[in-house]
Order: sequence, then structure tokens, then C-alpha cells
Amino acid sequence: MSIVVREISKSFGEFAALRDVSLEVPTGSLTALLGPSGSGKSTLLRVIAGLERPDTGGVSIAEEDVTAEAPQRRGVGFVFQHYAAFKHMTVYENVAFGLRIRHRPRTEIRERVGELLRLVQLEGFAERYPAQLSGGQRQRMGLARALAVDPKVLLLDEPFGALDARVRKELRAWLRRLHDETHTTTVIVTHDQEEAMEVADRIALMNEGRIEQVGTPRDLYERPGNEFVMSFVGPVNRVGDAYIRPHDLELCSEPNGSTQEAMVERLVHLGFEVRVELVRDDGTRLSAQVTREEAAALELDVGQIVYVRAVRQTTFTS
Amino acid sequence: MASNAAAVAAPRPLGVRAPVVQGLATMYLGFVVLLPLAALVWRSSREGRHGFWQAVSAPEAVAALKLTLVAAVVVAAINAVMGTVLAWVLVRDRFVGRGVVNALIDLPFALPTIVAGLTLVALYGPRSPVGISAAYTRGAVVLALLFVTLPFVVRTVQPTLLELDREMEEAAASLGAGRLTVFRRIVLPNLVPAILSGVALAYARAIGEFGSVVLITGNLPFKTEVSSVYIYGQIQSGAPGTAAAVSVLLLSISLGVLLLIGAVRRWAWRHDVG
Amino acid sequence: MARYALRFAGLSYLAVLLVAPVGLVFWRTFEHGLAPVWHAVTTHDARHAFWLTILIALIAVPANTVFGVGLALAIVRRRFPGKGLVNAVVDLPLALSPVVVGLALLLLYGRLGWFGPFFERHGIHVVFALPSMILATIFVSLPFVVREVVPVLREIGTEQEQAASTLGASSLQTLVRITLPAIRWAIAYGVVLTTARCLGEFGAVSVVSGHLVGRTETATLYVQDQFEGFDLTGAYAASVLLALIAIATLVAMNAFRPKEATR
Repeated sequence: MSIVVREISKSFGEFAALRDVSLEVPTGSLTALLGPSGSGKSTLLRVIAGLERPDTGGVSIAEEDVTAEAPQRRGVGFVFQHYAAFKHMTVYENVAFGLRIRHRPRTEIRERVGELLRLVQLEGFAERYPAQLSGGQRQRMGLARALAVDPKVLLLDEPFGALDARVRKELRAWLRRLHDETHTTTVIVTHDQEEAMEVADRIALMNEGRIEQVGTPRDLYERPGNEFVMSFVGPVNRVGDAYIRPHDLELCSEPNGSTQEAMVERLVHLGFEVRVELVRDDGTRLSAQVTREEAAALELDVGQIVYVRAVRQTTFTS
Repeated sequence: MASNAAAVAAPRPLGVRAPVVQGLATMYLGFVVLLPLAALVWRSSREGRHGFWQAVSAPEAVAALKLTLVAAVVVAAINAVMGTVLAWVLVRDRFVGRGVVNALIDLPFALPTIVAGLTLVALYGPRSPVGISAAYTRGAVVLALLFVTLPFVVRTVQPTLLELDREMEEAAASLGAGRLTVFRRIVLPNLVPAILSGVALAYARAIGEFGSVVLITGNLPFKTEVSSVYIYGQIQSGAPGTAAAVSVLLLSISLGVLLLIGAVRRWAWRHDVG
Repeated sequence: MARYALRFAGLSYLAVLLVAPVGLVFWRTFEHGLAPVWHAVTTHDARHAFWLTILIALIAVPANTVFGVGLALAIVRRRFPGKGLVNAVVDLPLALSPVVVGLALLLLYGRLGWFGPFFERHGIHVVFALPSMILATIFVSLPFVVREVVPVLREIGTEQEQAASTLGASSLQTLVRITLPAIRWAIAYGVVLTTARCLGEFGAVSVVSGHLVGRTETATLYVQDQFEGFDLTGAYAASVLLALIAIATLVAMNAFRPKEATR
């Protein structure tokens, strides 16, 4: 059940949210639309769902042109950032909603809802109202509700954005496992590159209404197509025209041909890793990442002079 | 380009879509409210500008209008103070029976105005058991208007006071402000939009009030006759032209107050966000 | 100290303005027991007056509820030319003198009005008859449902409706299953306010009804007529009945309001 987006443009008044965007989401994949806020990722997702009408271009779902279809008839499951829980219905009624609309037999609905509540680990909560659930539980209910109607594709709009960090991490891993079980073609919108890297097998990085690059998380990290991708996916140092990842900076206690002098300004211990904030003579700042062992071997301390060398760097010709 | 055409044909999603809803609803509004008012304005202009002027500048009409506007100002001012006090007492004070008092505030909304007038006559009328007879005086006009406009300021200030961030007051107190200073410098400025909005509603209501004043004021021309009673009298004595002219004047004042309320609300909203 | 002073000031004001006058009327009414009261409100004219009031409310309240919800939906969920005007006109009845409303209807449907001759030719009595009284009541009670529903519609936003549409619900199904249940307490609150306004309407109905005893006299007009005819017992008894309805309204208002707040 692939999704094909063809040359979509969409403006809100003067603001161009999407500029001639094309994208293919392969069947069974979990694709992340990643980008800063205002990059058009949510608009693209809503265009796929039929919640926004594009100015130009078209959308196909499972080889069928659905551009003119209302959202009701696209067969998508949509999960909203703020849950969009039906507040006047119980968890059971929320999940059963799509099936009741379709006039499925009562026994079938009961079976299907029970199955889904087990899947999202809300078995004991069927008779509760959304107000009695935590944010994470509400979002799992939202997911069960979207899955109940056997959608051709599952669309998630910043689904974990309103949750706290710990719950977000748990749900992320859980979503990945769920996808590995169901293999529903899924598109997730997120502004968090770590989330996209962790959960998705493909990432489409968006900026200012355009798709900058599409690829696996590793592709984007290791073979960024331009400066924007390089600096959005992971931390980066910029030295002249060159971009260097913090872990590609080598620190030495003695000068050695190609090294440059720098002073340790600050040390941040992050468990196994140590982030070293450096400042060079000319005032430029660098951030290096070393292991705890390396830091110990160098006896790093604030104010100390070290010698820095880039193991690997990337330049873009524009 | 087939996809382009399709995109244009796509239905606008969400909610109730059929334009029937807004069409019918707007027609209903036009039929119920606008059409009669159009007839009113048309009738008031039939005798020309001169006729209109003559109608609204008749001494009795002017006296009634003056009384109406002045009494409404007095009532609005009293409401501004007492309404704020009552809202404060209901939000910040704790005492037995607060729930009942809170419910009681809405009584003037629920009570028919003629009944309100009757109760005032019973207590403050010619056969007052407490010996205070306000009947047939201008004080009676103010009393009746106070009764019916009681809820407006209370009900606009109350939610604002409830939502008012207590931390703001605590911050001011921690900076050394006394309780009066906290109220004057912190609480009151935050309540002003709500108070103004409530006062304007009360004023608009007071200008047009009829039912509660007819029994207690005696409707004496040049003394206790308010504009709506004057209009009523003109209708009864077969002078719809005069009645229409004064009505249009009253309507314009009400409209002005309504616009003012809108402006106050927009201003308060900006105040909230910015 | 300041707290007690404020409490005293506020409660005294309420007592003098509200509680004492209303309480006195209750006391005066039941001074000689229930029998005279019962007798006063069950006379032919009184019964007819109350029946007429209820009949008018039975027509005006449903009309303003259905169209009020429609207007609220149009104001919040749609964009159309003239929306600003619609929004302003909805509030107009709140700021208009009921007497002016009555006069406007007279000038539209009366003998010399725009539509008067048409109805006269067809023998339909609008003015000084039930139709104009219903129209007057609808006019004055129009804003309440709209005003209660609009903020709630704004607050619930469109997300739930969008969710329903992605789950396959049609516009009508979304309205019935999602939107209306979400605003049901606001509608209920608006209906209570509308009903109270309808039952208590006096000025506009007074102008268009012609005060025909036993024919076009509503409960509030009956109170005035009894009072002016020196039948204090009748006036008080009818007033107390209306006040009891008002108090029932208050109870209903307080039952509905907090539920909205927790949602």
C-alpha cells in the first residue's frame, strides 16, 4: 500500500507551505517526515490524509488516485498530536467509532476492539473516559482507534510531541515494535531528529516547503546532500567551508603536524561520552566528542591546551 | 494536468460542510431580526429629516431620553463598584452559603422583569412595610435598573478573577507591595477590561429597560418617564411615527454601546496575548 | 478586616436589592395560606395566560435552539461574506429595548406595515394575535443559544471532527456523533436561558399583543393587568408562580454550568 505524492504545492495566503513536493513512500515502510517547525511536514501529511486540499498536484494511495477523495474515503488512519480524543466517549467507544460508522456487526466490533486494546496495552481501560487517561495512554488509544478500521496507511502527526521525554522514548520503541508486527505503511511527522533516526527506516528531511533529501537514517547522517541536511541531522562544527562531526575531531596532548591549538573551555560528562567545548586562538568554538577513557588518558581539564585534528570533514560545493 | 482539475474539485473537508447551514441560519436571522428593524428605520424616515428631528426633540421625548441616559450612567457606575465587590466576595471569600449567593446573582436574569418590578413595588412602593416609599421618584428608576442589571458586571468579572494568576499577586507581595497596593496596581488593572465590558452590557440593558420600571415609577412625563415607556405611550396613542423616530435614536445608542463592547473585548484580548 | 467589610457590603447590597423584595412578595402571597393562591392562579384568565406563555415558549425555544446551533456553526466553522455582520446582528436583541422590538414588528406586520395589507387580505391575524407574539419572543430570545455554543465550539476546535472524518464518518455523522455531543451542555445551558427569557418576556409582547384578556394575554401581561386592576392577590400569586419557574431555571443553570467547566 504505497503512497505517491506528485508535485504538490499548497499556500496559506502569502505563506507557501509546500513547494512542488514529490515523494514516494514504499509499501510496508515506516517513513519519517523530519524538519524544523514551519517546514511543511504536517501540511504534507494532512494533504495525504485529505484534511488539506493541495493547490496543485496529486496523491495516490495504493496505486489509486485519491486527490479528489474526501478524507472519509481514503482509508487512512490518522493520529493527532493532541490526541483528538472523543471526550464524550469511553475508550471502547473511541476505538469502536470507525467500525460503528461502517455498521459492522456488534460481535465483530467487540472482538476487534478487544484485540486492539490488548495490542496497545489498554485492556483494563475500556470503560474509562479520555479525561481519566494519561497523555501516553490517550495517544495509544488514538493509535488503536486509527488502526481499528484496517487503514491502508497509518499517518502520525507529531504523535509524541505533547508527551514528556521518558514516555516519548517508551512509545517510540513501542511504535517500532508495533510496526514490525503489523507492517502497515506508516508516515510519522516529527521535528526531533533523534526520534526520526530511532523509529524510521526512511527519512524525508523537509525545509521551507521542500524535501531536501530522502534516505535511510544512515544515508542522511553519513552522506548528507547539503549543508542543511548536514547541520539538521546531528551536531556539527563549521570551520570555514568544512563541516566536522564532533566525534570526527581527534584530541592530542602534543602538536602533531596538521593539528591546531585550542583551549578546553568546558567539559560535559554524558555517561560514556564526554563533550569537550573548545575555543581556538581566533575565537572560533569547536565541540568534540570523546569517550570517557580518552578524556581520562588526556587528563582533560578546563583551561588546558590541547591539539585538535579533523579525522573526517565534509565540504559542499554550491 | 488531470490531477490539477481533480484537486480543485476535491471537497473541502471537515465538519458540517453543506452551505445550507449558513444559508438557512443567516436567512432566519434576517427574517427574525433585520426585517422588522428595516421596517422600523423606514417608518422613522418617512416624514423626512425635519419630521424625525421634530419627533426626537419634543420636550417630553428629550426629558425621557435625558432621564434614561443619566439613570443608566448612575446605574452603570454603581454596578462597576458593587459588581466588582460581589465578584470578589464570590471568588476570594469563603463563607457558608456562598453557593446559594452565587446562584442568586442570576435571579434577575431568570425573573421576568414585570415580576421584578412588582417585588420592588411591594417593598419600596406606596404601601412599603419598611416605610421607604420610592415609588414615582427618579430613585425608583435607578432602583429598578439596578435590580435587572445586577448580574452583568459580576458575571464578566468573576471568570477573569478566577483565572487571574495568584502568582502575580504573590510576586508583587514578595517585592514589598502592601495588600491595597497589590489590589490597586496588580489586580484592578487586570480586571478593568472585564469591568468595562460588564458595565457596557449593563448600560445597554438599562437604556432599553421597560418591564421593571413601568409599575414602580408611575411613568410621569418629565419626571419618571424613561424612553422605552415614552415610546410605548406614543404607540398606544397612535403616533407610530414619533415612536419609530425615538426608537431609532435609542437603537443607535444601543448599537454604539454594542460596538464599544466589541472594541473593549478586542482590546482586552490583545492585552491578554501581548 | 477588609474581607469582612467587603463581604458585608456585597451581601447587604444583595439583601436590599434582591432578597428582601422577592422574599416579601413570597411572604405576602402565602400570608393567608395556600388556598387563595391556588384559587388565584386557577381562574380561567390566569390558566389561559400561563398556557399561552407555555405555548409560545414551546415554539420559540426549539426554533431558536435549532437555528441558534446553526448560526453558531456558521459563525465558528465557516468563512463567508457578511460574517462580521451576522456576528454583530446576533447580539443586537440583547441591546434593544423590547418595546422597540414590538414596535418594529408592528411596523412590519401591522395594518400600515409592509406585510400588513397582504395578511389582511388573506384574513390572517398577525398583529394582536399569536403569530406576532411568537415572533416577538423569538426575536428577544435569539442570542442565548448562539452565545453559549460559540465559545465552546471554538474551544473544542476541529481536531475531533477531523479525526472522525479520517475514520470514515460523513459530515452528518460527524455532526451528530461528534460535534453535537461535544456542545450538548452548552446547548442545554443556552436552552435554559432561552426558556427563561421566553417565559419572562413582557415589553415586546405587550406592544404586539393588544392585551386582550383571555385571548392574547400571557402570564407576565396578566401580572400587570391584575396589579393595575387592584387584584393584588392575583398579581402576587401569578408572580410567585413565575418566580418559582425562575428559581427552577437557576437550579438548572447551576446544574449545567460546572459540567461545562470540567470538560
